Amino acid sequence: MNKKYLINAKIIDPSNNIDEKGGLIIDEKGKIEAVGKNVSNLNLPSTATKIDLKTQVLMPGLVDMRVFVGEPGYEYKENFRTLSDAALAGGVTSVVSMPNTSPVIDNVSIVDFLKRRGRDKSRINIYPAASLTKNTEGKQMTEFGLLKRKGIIGFTDGLKTVQDPQVMMRIMNFAKQSNSLIMQHAEDNILSDEGLINEGEISTRLGLKGIPFLAEKIIVERDLSFLEEYNCRYHISQISSEKTIFIIKRAKKDGKIFSSGVSINNLSLNENDIGDFKTFLKLSPPLRTEKDRVSLVSAINDGTIDVIVSDHKPEDEESKRLTFAKAATGASGVETLFPLALELYHNQSVKLSRLISTMTINPSKILGIDKGTLSIGRDADISIVDINKPWIVKKNELKSKSKNTPIEDRKLQGQVTKTFVKGKMAFERT
Amino acid sequence: MAIIKKLKAVKIYQNHLLGIQGLSLSEVSKILNEAKTFIKLNKSSSKKTDLLRGKTQINLFFEPSTRTQSSFELAGKRLGADVMSMNIVNSAIKKGETLIDTAMTLNAMHPDIIVIRHPDSGAPNLLSQKVNCAVINAGDGRREHPTQALLDALTIINRRGKIEGLKIAICGDILHSRVARSNIYLMNMLGAEVNVVAPNTLLPHSIDRLGVRVFTDMKKGLDGCDIVMMLRLQNERMHGSFLPSPREYYEFFGLTPDKLAIAKKDALIMHPGPMNRGVEIDTNLADDINRSVIREQVELGVAVRMACLKIFCKKHNE
Repeated sequence: MNKKYLINAKIIDPSNNIDEKGGLIIDEKGKIEAVGKNVSNLNLPSTATKIDLKTQVLMPGLVDMRVFVGEPGYEYKENFRTLSDAALAGGVTSVVSMPNTSPVIDNVSIVDFLKRRGRDKSRINIYPAASLTKNTEGKQMTEFGLLKRKGIIGFTDGLKTVQDPQVMMRIMNFAKQSNSLIMQHAEDNILSDEGLINEGEISTRLGLKGIPFLAEKIIVERDLSFLEEYNCRYHISQISSEKTIFIIKRAKKDGKIFSSGVSINNLSLNENDIGDFKTFLKLSPPLRTEKDRVSLVSAINDGTIDVIVSDHKPEDEESKRLTFAKAATGASGVETLFPLALELYHNQSVKLSRLISTMTINPSKILGIDKGTLSIGRDADISIVDINKPWIVKKNELKSKSKNTPIEDRKLQGQVTKTFVKGKMAFERT
Repeated sequence: MAIIKKLKAVKIYQNHLLGIQGLSLSEVSKILNEAKTFIKLNKSSSKKTDLLRGKTQINLFFEPSTRTQSSFELAGKRLGADVMSMNIVNSAIKKGETLIDTAMTLNAMHPDIIVIRHPDSGAPNLLSQKVNCAVINAGDGRREHPTQALLDALTIINRRGKIEGLKIAICGDILHSRVARSNIYLMNMLGAEVNVVAPNTLLPHSIDRLGVRVFTDMKKGLDGCDIVMMLRLQNERMHGSFLPSPREYYEFFGLTPDKLAIAKKDALIMHPGPMNRGVEIDTNLADDINRSVIREQVELGVAVRMACLKIFCKKHNE
């Protein structure tokens, strides 16, 4: 591989507090050799082939902590190749894949298969999460130690929540000794039973059974109580309501160490967007009120919430072309994660560096991986963004195999133009 | 009597009757005025017209229904339409066919109107996006049952001359009731003051945002009311966690002579049926011909449905 000289960029790397004009050099091994204002046309060899980024933003490749692939079992929804294409077009170079496949990622032999497929078929870094419990049934915990040895970086039942408090208590106790990361999707099944959207005026008007915010809050409160006794690495995958933010704030103030995330959908949409039964906006956790959305944005700003995820859940059109009650839950989103997040920057809700940190260094730290940074010597996983480029989301132009975007026809500002993985240009917008 | 006086050629903007939400006051008025013309026809010896001759109406009922289904069937027949009622229990839907596939199959038969009842809220909306005919909602999940509200309005107008200024109490299982929702929208639109009366566990979230006053004490909720609309309490849900027992419910929320006495002296009793006698309503009150208009509701139901079929079929053919 030849050295690459990326020049004339606006470099933003929150992990190193870099926010300046400059360039970046990728060495022959695909690692970052130099970065910053000193890398410019003036002090590079005249023979070097330079890529002029024309003042576009250069940032670490994004790390998306919550992505559903279709492999194995649901290849018709998404496979590693299509996921990788979609991710790269969105500037995402690393993803944590959820274990809700068929079969479930709950044992060592499947992990081998998954890693092989991920390596052969995708051009991004795939970090598979394994399930917390066998077959995500919430009963028997999986082999944390053995799975970890195989390279599993975190454990979650993905779409599901461990309901049984005794099982959860033991999981956290056991995870503590093996230093395993536990990621919980917080929803009480009994409170949310048959629920479809946020419980409130909209659910009353649409005649859809509601999911109360309490279903989320009560699980977070429960798990934080366990955390006090069994201090393991604990992460709440997605927060959707203001009331849960209060709980998290208080717990962090009390000195508890844990982290939490939020889906870009909950930051950018609210329950009113469901309109006339738009099944593409049937999500878990559900979209809640505008007040909740605004609180979530504030929680990003004050650091209460650490991570923004796409919660990319490809679903084929057939499973969405049903009545709201019967339609599949989830939205495709890895490709639009960053452009949609940029709305929060353009409307001056969140600073750009803060926004980038929630999708780069923050998830990397939680996961304990060497990503989300432009530090010298690291893999050159890089995204280049034309931050002001206006465009309109069209589902048929998206790369994911499934077209269930919740933001069809939305006007966005900012688009990824180039993505590098391990020094290789893996995507370039033409 | 016209509900809106000097009504000039009212235009119907909606292509489908999906709910009261979405209808304008003038559209509602047109339906009710049209329905009035059918009341007399339905009482005459020759009840048949040929207004919808050559038109095809398909009744698609995914939930068991006696009165609504027969009411729509009769309404269509009296207008001269060819009416087909699908028996869903034996249909391909039970074999896993989706609503849209069923709709496309039926659509290929070129119906002019599909009347649908479905346990999922929003099913008529979905159907209406996929077919080339008028869709009439005969009840979807907990969302809306527009023809029921319209027939309730017609019954009240028939008895009281108007709805504006009346005080209407809707009592009982509001949470699960599409009838309650449609009636709240419609009675509010027609200028009534609406009270809802129910135990907290049977009230939907934020119901006050729909423009009603909320009471959990029946005696307060019925105070000075002109109309007392009782809702069916589904016995199968009662033994769940919503209520302690039918006995307790009847004691505090059942319509009994002493509670009715709080309402106006001549207050009318309504019920969309089927009734649970002795659970939400005292059996003698239900049959009291001076107070109860429950049978009249059924009678006018046919007229209202004839009006809806005629108007939306015509709109579809425009």
